[in-house]
Amino acid sequence: MAEPFIRLRNVEKQYLTRNGIVLAVEKVNFDIYESEFVAIVGPSGCGKTTILKMIAGLIPYTLGEITIAGKLVNRPQINLGIIFQDSVLLDWRDVLDNVLLQIDIRNLDRKEYEPKALELLRDVGLDGFEHKKPYELSGGMKQRVSICRGLVHDPPLLLMDEPFGSLDALTREQISMDIQHLWMEKRKTALLITHSIPEAVLLADRVVVMTPRPGRVAEIIDIDLPRPRRLDRLPEEFNEYTGHIRGIFQDSGVLHLE
Amino acid sequence: MTQSIAELGQLERRAAWRAKILPAIGIILFLVIWEVAVRLLNIASYLLPPPTEVLVMIVEHFDALLKHSGVTAYEMLLGYFMAIAVAVPLAILTTASRSFDNFITPIILFFQTVPKIALAPLFLVWFGVGTLPKVLVAFLISFFPIIIDTAVGLRSISPEMIDLARSMGASNFQIFTRFRLPTSLPYMFSGLKVGATLAVVGAVVGEFVGADKGLGYMLLVTNSNLQTALMFGVIVALTIQGLLLFYIVQFLENILIPWHITVRSGQEHGTL
Ligand SMILES: Nc1ncnc2c1ncn2[C@@H]1O[C@H](COP(=O)(O)OP(=O)(O)OP(=O)(O)O)[C@@H](O)[C@H]1O
Ligand SMILES: [Mg+2]
Repeated sequence: MAEPFIRLRNVEKQYLTRNGIVLAVEKVNFDIYESEFVAIVGPSGCGKTTILKMIAGLIPYTLGEITIAGKLVNRPQINLGIIFQDSVLLDWRDVLDNVLLQIDIRNLDRKEYEPKALELLRDVGLDGFEHKKPYELSGGMKQRVSICRGLVHDPPLLLMDEPFGSLDALTREQISMDIQHLWMEKRKTALLITHSIPEAVLLADRVVVMTPRPGRVAEIIDIDLPRPRRLDRLPEEFNEYTGHIRGIFQDSGVLHLE
Repeated sequence: MTQSIAELGQLERRAAWRAKILPAIGIILFLVIWEVAVRLLNIASYLLPPPTEVLVMIVEHFDALLKHSGVTAYEMLLGYFMAIAVAVPLAILTTASRSFDNFITPIILFFQTVPKIALAPLFLVWFGVGTLPKVLVAFLISFFPIIIDTAVGLRSISPEMIDLARSMGASNFQIFTRFRLPTSLPYMFSGLKVGATLAVVGAVVGEFVGADKGLGYMLLVTNSNLQTALMFGVIVALTIQGLLLFYIVQFLENILIPWHITVRSGQEHGTL
């Protein structure tokens, strides 16, 4: 197999807090290959956000090594798009300008990227809303804008930290379908962090299951299901995968079903 | 219950109309009751003059009121702009450097706790009866809401927003100008508005302590001459001055941060 695009080797993160050192992530090893969709699931506080931020170069790691395309991550990575749980749109920019923020800050040619931004907005069902301000949008619409902002500059890597976290169930389903659609079209390397086992299985090629704090990799599961995967036509194996992951959480004491 | 868009529009127009007309009715009602009560109860004019008499006084002494208003307005504006010119950069520095914050914040807090009114006589001793001591009191009194609200605003940016900016390769300067500063504007403006209403208080307090012109001076003179009706006129002039500055700042706010006006739920995060 080819060289991994992202490689985490024995990565460890300790936070220094008032009450001493917190070991958030311990000896994490996994790889993400180019054009692969990887999801991380794990209980709250197991270090998922920490891992994502370390990969993005936004916080330093304590031990180990992270490389992207063979280069050591030791500063903020700019060749990527990030989508957070909160849409973090700029209130003073309209929808189109929020998407094009990427382009403005990177000093790219706005004219060249504007058609692309409009196309992305159309893809997620936001045509006609280009010139609305964020306060005129619903939470789900705002999150779609932030997805477009994460993709408009055509980054080779997309990082998503619970992008559905603050949305209602119906919107979650719709946006996960949007993401699958966009991913199938563009085949970016993608890392999705989520609490939801079905969402992870629905979207990912591989699911990294984490243990409770300190976060370690409990198991990495290949999801061998054909795409597009649809929530209304889930194959038998889907439930086997989710059941298996649930089992891991039960074993590590995260889930009690009685 | 059903409600058509047309009905909704009508309701909204009515509400807007009510919002304009009701305060006016309230004020007029208040003045009428005042007038009638004073005349019916035969209250002496030097105790409480009726509004009509105040109006007559304002018209009669209009030139003097205008002249003294000019003096106070000058002191107030100079103090206010000085406060902005010092407070905003200081707020920026405190958010930019932790050490500077640790150094300056206790000093600012100390001066905030000292009653500024108590400093006015001291300024008189130091700087005489000229314009400077009034400007200084106006400056000091409007300085604190501006620096505190601006600093709060500059810190109100979410950590995710900064992560986002850094993942786009934004420089520290860009993070400040493109993200942090615009985010702080609504907070900054609530400080500016509180500061505007306080600046006029500062100028008048400065004049109380020692002055030969200005509305504060006129207030003292009319008071000692028992010209109560004219005194009310001076108070009206002062109020108009404070309101005018407040509304100018609010107007600038509407222009500069329209995105915030429309979402604001009517509450301000002002500090006093
Ligand atoms: N800046 C920080 N300082 C100190 N401790 C931190 C910091 N950030 C995270 N932690 C700790 O590290 C651990 C992992 O946090 P992290 O945010 O990565 O968890 P998470 O898996 O993303 O959780 P969630 O699913 O709730 O978002 C937690 O125990 C948290 O308390
Ligand atoms: Mg998290």
